[in-house]
Amino acid sequence: MATPVSQMLTANRLRDGDVLYWKAGGWVLTLPEGEVFDDPKAADAALAAAAAFVQGNEVVAPYLFDVRVDARGIHPVKEREIIRAAGPSVRSDLGKQAAHV
Amino acid sequence: MPLIKNGAFAADPFVFVPDGKAFPEDTGVMVTLARFQSERENLFAHHSPVGVRLAPAENPEVLKGDLPRIAAIAIEFPIFRDGRGFSWARLLRTRLGYTGEIRAIGHFLYDQLAFMARVGFDAFEVRQDFRIEDFTRAMGEMHYVYQPSADGKKTIRDLRAVK
Amino acid sequence: MYRYDEFDAAMVADRVAQFRYQVERRLKGELTEDEFKPLRLKNGLYLQLHAYMLRIAIPYGTLSTRQVRMLAHIARKYDRGYGHFTTRQNLQFHWPKLVDVPDILADLASVEMHCIQTSGNCIRNVTADQFAGAVAGEVEDPRILSEIVRQWSTFHPEFSYLPRKFKIAVSGTVEDRAAIKFHDIGIEIIKNDAGEVGYRVFVGGGMGRTPYVGLEIGRFVAREDILAYLEACMRVYNEYGRRDNIYKARVKILAHQLGADEFRRQADLEFAEIKKAGTLQVPAEELARIAAYFAPPAFETLPDVSPEFDAALADKDFANWAKTNLTPHRVPGYAIVTISLKEIGATPGDATADQLDAAAQLMDDFGYDEIRVTHEQNLVLPHVRKKDLPALFARLQTLGLATANAGLITDIICCPGLDYCDLANARSIPIAQQIQKRFADLERQHDLGEIKIKMSGCINACGHHHAGHIGILGVDKKGVEFYQIQLGGSGAEDASVGEIMGPGFGKDEIVDAIERVVDAYVKLRKPYERLLDTYRRVGMVPFKNMVYQEQTHAAY
Repeated sequence: MATPVSQMLTANRLRDGDVLYWKAGGWVLTLPEGEVFDDPKAADAALAAAAAFVQGNEVVAPYLFDVRVDARGIHPVKEREIIRAAGPSVRSDLGKQAAHV
Repeated sequence: MPLIKNGAFAADPFVFVPDGKAFPEDTGVMVTLARFQSERENLFAHHSPVGVRLAPAENPEVLKGDLPRIAAIAIEFPIFRDGRGFSWARLLRTRLGYTGEIRAIGHFLYDQLAFMARVGFDAFEVRQDFRIEDFTRAMGEMHYVYQPSADGKKTIRDLRAVK
Repeated sequence: MYRYDEFDAAMVADRVAQFRYQVERRLKGELTEDEFKPLRLKNGLYLQLHAYMLRIAIPYGTLSTRQVRMLAHIARKYDRGYGHFTTRQNLQFHWPKLVDVPDILADLASVEMHCIQTSGNCIRNVTADQFAGAVAGEVEDPRILSEIVRQWSTFHPEFSYLPRKFKIAVSGTVEDRAAIKFHDIGIEIIKNDAGEVGYRVFVGGGMGRTPYVGLEIGRFVAREDILAYLEACMRVYNEYGRRDNIYKARVKILAHQLGADEFRRQADLEFAEIKKAGTLQVPAEELARIAAYFAPPAFETLPDVSPEFDAALADKDFANWAKTNLTPHRVPGYAIVTISLKEIGATPGDATADQLDAAAQLMDDFGYDEIRVTHEQNLVLPHVRKKDLPALFARLQTLGLATANAGLITDIICCPGLDYCDLANARSIPIAQQIQKRFADLERQHDLGEIKIKMSGCINACGHHHAGHIGILGVDKKGVEFYQIQLGGSGAEDASVGEIMGPGFGKDEIVDAIERVVDAYVKLRKPYERLLDTYRRVGMVPFKNMVYQEQTHAAY
């Protein structure tokens, strides 16, 4: 039985391009800290709230993406989001994965 | 919409009259190409000045014979990235020798203004909040040009030859 | 190489100021992202998967020592200590901050560099043969025309909002090392029967969703007419190129839809008018003036045989390197050196800041102050004395720049792919690395001979997979990375688009599949026959059978 799909919200910070994840009305730098939406309505509400940060010229291109959550943690469904959350798979010394070393 | 002509805000002597609508009295009228082609003589007889609005796919070559009597040609940019208008303006200004107003209408960016002026546009319908200082600034951002265009501006190659 | 005068310098300085103002307006919200995006793209600034990406123009792939040192400096100061050389002879930085980009542009401007028109729907960097000025058989150094085209195309007021991007490449020899037939416009410099130099102009080559080999439109364009001719082709495209569908907007679609004769007819009409007006003619003095910048360095008079070089061949590593990474120079006693950026297991085309600084030193010590970037993501020192080759090689070895695989199967062209790129469907770099490791044995590589593997992580084909002897395309199959193999592509003068072999392979199967392709080649080949030529002789069927049959057997 597959774990149900939840969602998260991500964007890039305008001034430096850094990847951000939505949490409780604001943004955090890493996916594990981000907010998971089990309810699609809550996800849509967050996306709508993110528009204010676009208008405010703080972030660009917010979008929702699918994740699954289990005991081990949050797992993006798409490879693209796994890579985006961690950094290039071929350079463990670059990206957010490097910050945790 | 505010009109910039010759570097300053100016009154617009034209009213754009959509196809099928009646012409207002005592004002210059601007019409679509199709309407111009079907009502040409009536327009010239009863209205002054006369202007033609071109859609992006419309090649101004078709107006060749009428150019001396057309006071303004408006070229539409449906979206800033549709750059056909640059070629049409250049064609009008250089090859067809058009001396009337070439007006840019529709959606275009501040950052395109200098290129537009180079290819022959001398009038611009801009957004309500557009500042004239921005127009002046746009015109002055690049001191030199590499290639010749409708504006006849001396190119870098010309300037090098003089040295 | 070309040196800026006060006018070129002013252009670049004005551009930096202009972009600085655009960034200011963006940060203040006076520009929306939709309005800002085309402006930043025209300065080569993309927003990618992890960060912004900045693409720096390297006109016709030529760099001076000073410029290479500045690239190393920028990599350290503003980025993560490395850069990536691309299939258009440019350099990309993958981690710049938007707020730093105006300063990066200013630093670049201080060494006569920029990011102008490295993206956007405008005329892009003009690329040329990386062996320009060094190889025998050259009709004319293609960088002369490239520089003339660069100036004409920079901030062209009429052609900055084209239906789509526009790429021009120039070759000065019959052998095409610039893949001109896969460009929107490809120019071959030729001589007519009277011995006059002129240009053969191809239009409508391209990669991507619908690959095409370019059509010959201008059979012989006189030198003084070339800009008028190019302007004519551009005008036909700007006026009539499709704007309704982003996937049908390149000039290749228009050219192939009209056909060569009709495109030529329209271009000729336009060309006649432009030539008559006279403002775009290129007088002989101007050609000579630009050509003077590309005058060869003061070569020494040397015997072609070098005892130092010959003696060094006793060292197996040097001998292997000399076998693949050297190309004969037109001047006796010199060689053209290809520095491979395809170290086994490293990222293809990447160079660290330390490697860039070291390369600058090598340029100083051995290379007449010049280096080239190839569209196959390697570097070239075009003029090295043969007697210096052993010392140069020894230095390259300490830098991880001595991989002896130029033109061999591990010399893979590979785009950044899903590890970096917002557009990608699949990762490309780890697959390329696994292929390299599988074929790392140098003896085996030599036995296999010239095999050009080219790999793209999506249909945009930045890895030129359509022109690979073996092409690999990464796709997304129901959310899983999947890889398609093509065979028989070539970016040389015998240009051809590769043919899709059959069903694709998962990421755990693709390297085995590639090995089966290579095994099939070994079984089918005649002596000394390249894989590409074997494929052209026997066709797809024998390859396909062996690859898929072996796969079926392996499953049991």
